[in-house]
Amino acid sequence: MAPIEQIDVRPPKGVRPPIIGPGQTLGTITDRIAGIVLTKRTPVFWILIVAVAAAIFGMLQTAVAYLLAKGVGIWGINIPVGWGFAIVNFVWWIGIGHAGTLISAILLLFKQSWRTSINRFAEAMTIFAVMQAGLFPLIHTGRPWLAAYWLFPIPLTMGVWPQFRSPLIWDVFAVSTYFTVSFLFWGIGLIPDFATLRDSAKTLVVRRIYGMLAMGWRGSARHWNRYETAYMLLAGLATPLVLSVHSVVSLDFAVSVVPGWHTTFFPPYFVAGAIYSGFAMVLMLAIPFRYLYGMQDFITLRHLQNAAKVMLATGMIVAYAYGLEMFLGWYSQDKYELAMVSNRLHGPYSFYYYMLILCNILIPQSLWFNSVRSTPWKLFMVAVVVNTGMWLERFVIVVMSLQRDYIPSSWGMYWFTKWDVMIFVGTMGFFTLLFFIFIRLMPAISIFEMRTLLPQAKVKE
Amino acid sequence: MTAGPVYGLMAEFETPTELVHAAKGAYDAGYRKMDTYTPYPLEEAAEAIGAHHNRVSLIVLIGAMLGMIGGYSLEYWVSVVNYPLNVGGKPFHSWPAFIPVTFECAVLGASLAAVFGMLALNGLPQPYHPVFNAPNFVRASRDRFFLCIESQDPRFSISDTRKLLESFNPEEITEVPY
Repeated sequence: MAPIEQIDVRPPKGVRPPIIGPGQTLGTITDRIAGIVLTKRTPVFWILIVAVAAAIFGMLQTAVAYLLAKGVGIWGINIPVGWGFAIVNFVWWIGIGHAGTLISAILLLFKQSWRTSINRFAEAMTIFAVMQAGLFPLIHTGRPWLAAYWLFPIPLTMGVWPQFRSPLIWDVFAVSTYFTVSFLFWGIGLIPDFATLRDSAKTLVVRRIYGMLAMGWRGSARHWNRYETAYMLLAGLATPLVLSVHSVVSLDFAVSVVPGWHTTFFPPYFVAGAIYSGFAMVLMLAIPFRYLYGMQDFITLRHLQNAAKVMLATGMIVAYAYGLEMFLGWYSQDKYELAMVSNRLHGPYSFYYYMLILCNILIPQSLWFNSVRSTPWKLFMVAVVVNTGMWLERFVIVVMSLQRDYIPSSWGMYWFTKWDVMIFVGTMGFFTLLFFIFIRLMPAISIFEMRTLLPQAKVKE
Repeated sequence: MTAGPVYGLMAEFETPTELVHAAKGAYDAGYRKMDTYTPYPLEEAAEAIGAHHNRVSLIVLIGAMLGMIGGYSLEYWVSVVNYPLNVGGKPFHSWPAFIPVTFECAVLGASLAAVFGMLALNGLPQPYHPVFNAPNFVRASRDRFFLCIESQDPRFSISDTRKLLESFNPEEITEVPY
């Protein structure tokens, strides 16, 4: 494999890098992408990464088992801060998922053909991120088997039903629908690629497995026609869905009367933040993936630059929202809102607030420079900083508002315990594990959609 | 040459342009029972064989309506009929609060209808299909373009159909056994 510096040559000023490397044909695209899956040799780095991720996943299982045995008392939550790491992590993970749907659905509707080489693994990222997110509402009650009936409408002899006026129930429906639709979108995209793997497989067992997954797909014009209709409609459905999911998540906060939460601009603010962190995660996955598997011809500098520009734009929206939070606190002239603003700037957690400003507003301004947008390792660093910042944002929102509400006698402090950290870090291991298993077993780049990008794939008049 | 019944005649092309040209030619010659097989969606091919309309959209609309009605009815029945609870003096039938779940249920119904409706209309999963008997057909999912005129077509005859397909200069023509 050639070193990355040689492949990622920046084109001269004013010229945009191509979205697919030169010299590719229908056959080479198939071989390169299917080759990752069909090769018998598992790369050493894959085994190492999966081993580490599996160990961290083991830590997650241990921590969750202890949690279920002992209850949520092992966490740092208390009264008044009843929502701690579990909610912070839930919002963080679900936000990360949003970029996958944005890339696969919204950019498809806008006919952004550059999305094609990153949509498959971005969708996988969405599914795995939503799985991590879903874990927290499940375990944060400490007794998930008892929580089932007030989360889902399950007919029981008690005759108790969920409270449909509560945003928390909207959240259950929004997140479970989002997971289902993301999974369907991902699955339908994989069918033609499974057919390719079936037809390229060298051994009978592999051919049978992918053959079953491909369900007998044969590329018939009638099938493609219905397939394309279904795919476009799913994209059209996923677009309002993804906007609704983080809006509903934000309503969990905004519908309450807690100072700092009770604002009307939360839904757009949360959606912008979700896409911001999601694109950062796309870069955190795409940059190592293209380097480790030598996929620079398919995920080019153009993709990285475009993702960086989306981050810059959504980052500015988020910066505006931080300003608005401060402004509305002052403009309300409500003494509790003013106290919340002062608590952010001078309170016991102000360090986290200033770190948030540094990570989410100041450092990402480097994306204005083409040299940062075109250098993968610099971009990777900015993405890590942004995802840290987005986690801090949720920490600031959740903890700093709950910590000091209306009555000073009920004020308190919140500090996480080692179990909080083990579960949070554990979900990162679980996510990495799922992602690398996916890369090994399924085509991480959509093969059939990549083919359509080639000039020779077009019908000439 | 294979003995026994024939599913159809399969012509293999190297480029999508040749395939669409051949499909148009066969359609103009009066053939209707035919299909093209391509490694990626090719709108022109579907148009050439007269298969550019489908009923997926209708199924999705029905799915969305069912999801919408189902979601709202569930909320109404739970909150008004079976388990009325006074929360902050709000009416039992507080419809604005019921909109988010109704919307999510509509999207869920529509999405399930889109995927499973598409698969059902396509007749998938299908464990066996005769076109896979064509020797080079594995390349239909890779880099080749196929046109198959089926023996079910009233105009089909091995020799005449072969002659027509030959006039489009395919790479290869094969008889596809059942």
